[in-house]
Amino acid sequence: MEQIVWFGWFRADIIAEYSTLFWRGLLTTIGLTVICIVQGALLGLLLGMARLAQARHSPARELCTYGLRWPATVYVSFFRGTPLFVQILLIHFAVMPLFVHPTDGLLVSGEAAREIKQNYGAFLSGVVALTLNSGAYISEVFRAGIQSIDRGQVEASRSLGMSYWRTMYHVVLPQAFRRMLPPLGNNAIALLKDSSLVSAIGLAELAYAARTVAGAYSRYWEPYLTISVVYWVLTLGLTYVVRQLEIRYGRGDSR
Amino acid sequence: MDAVIRVSGLAKRFGELEVLRGIDCAIAASEVVCVIGPSGSGKSTLLRCLNGLEEASAGEVVVHGIRVNDPATDLDALRAEIGMVFQRFNLFPHKTVLENIVLAPTKVRGLSPGDARDRARALLAKVDLIDKIDAYPNQLSGGQQQRVAIARALAMQPRILLFDEPTSALDPEMVGEVLTVMQTLAEEGMTMVVVTHEMEFARHVGDRVLFLDEGIVVEEGAPEALFGSPREERTRRFLSKVL
Repeated sequence: MEQIVWFGWFRADIIAEYSTLFWRGLLTTIGLTVICIVQGALLGLLLGMARLAQARHSPARELCTYGLRWPATVYVSFFRGTPLFVQILLIHFAVMPLFVHPTDGLLVSGEAAREIKQNYGAFLSGVVALTLNSGAYISEVFRAGIQSIDRGQVEASRSLGMSYWRTMYHVVLPQAFRRMLPPLGNNAIALLKDSSLVSAIGLAELAYAARTVAGAYSRYWEPYLTISVVYWVLTLGLTYVVRQLEIRYGRGDSR
Repeated sequence: MDAVIRVSGLAKRFGELEVLRGIDCAIAASEVVCVIGPSGSGKSTLLRCLNGLEEASAGEVVVHGIRVNDPATDLDALRAEIGMVFQRFNLFPHKTVLENIVLAPTKVRGLSPGDARDRARALLAKVDLIDKIDAYPNQLSGGQQQRVAIARALAMQPRILLFDEPTSALDPEMVGEVLTVMQTLAEEGMTMVVVTHEMEFARHVGDRVLFLDEGIVVEEGAPEALFGSPREERTRRFLSKVL
């Protein structure tokens, strides 16, 4: 391929030659991020509610304390207190082989396990690690969001005969969601960027594509500047989406 | 007297703080009972124990023959029969006036959306706010919000209404419109327990007045007796300050 040089130093032809790799990487990054945002939000909601679980009478009271609040607190503490990079390695090389292994996987074994490991191993590990990690962070957003709603809202709803779950669904969460959007947006952006760490276990996403190109040509400006711009554009897109949601769900809010 | 609410030996502690120290009282159907007393006397706590928003530390509250503090009691079902109006209105800010009113009747009572809307319209007409049906709470004045809150409570067709200082957060010129609605309800025979600082309302609308101080019922009686010739020194001292 002919050498194309921009601005006297940027060899665009390198990027063009590997464009397929970059496109695939981009799709993988987006797919990974979207899956993990959705799953992380669900996990975060459950964890956040578990950390606020309370009951008046035995045995529900003890169940809430030892069965929900404590485990959730330990979970969040662990995943926020250890590096994501280490979590990814731990999950890919230690936890996943425990469940998916050709000889003695707890979940899947035999030929199917080999298949999965070969074709989807890194993606699966990446999804699990990023979901578990972002779930821990997002649970704090939900917890703070739920706690920020005036107690009077819950009391008004409960005194109308609405159950805890109906109160959550119709009264607390819709109001909390509006306030949680900015921090949720931050978490989504962090997740998008952190997905680059998964390249360490060989998942062919954007950062992996850049690393491949850098290795082949021993040129670093071109691949890393390219993916930097791509990540930047993606985060701008996320910011825009969050802003639109804020406008849409902002009605009736006096603040 | 056939009591719909019976309170016996009710005590409530918040940690070291004893807010209620043995309350006994009974409230009959269609009775309007006003609870007065200095701030911190436990008036609101007493009210909140009646529908289980606060759990009693000791003693018993029985409403319609159902023990509020029994762990086996379905509090949601009981609360559906006991409306409550709060000092700070507590309307749902993300819902319109109409949505505020129809929410519980449709979700808890299983009313069809159409029937719930009809009921909401009738109630809004009653509190004179039919033109605000599609407004959000933050577009209303305090007095209007409190009237919507009353309509919201009434939409459940409760058998008892609890009022927790319903006019204390209002500008003076809006107090009257809320009290007028409450007076109408009293005249229609609603059973009401009203924690209030509005002595005129207690005197003219209340069937009975409870004077609370330091967590006990110091004195109770018909308004004319309690306001006219209080028996207890503490009651006299309180009334001389507020009247």
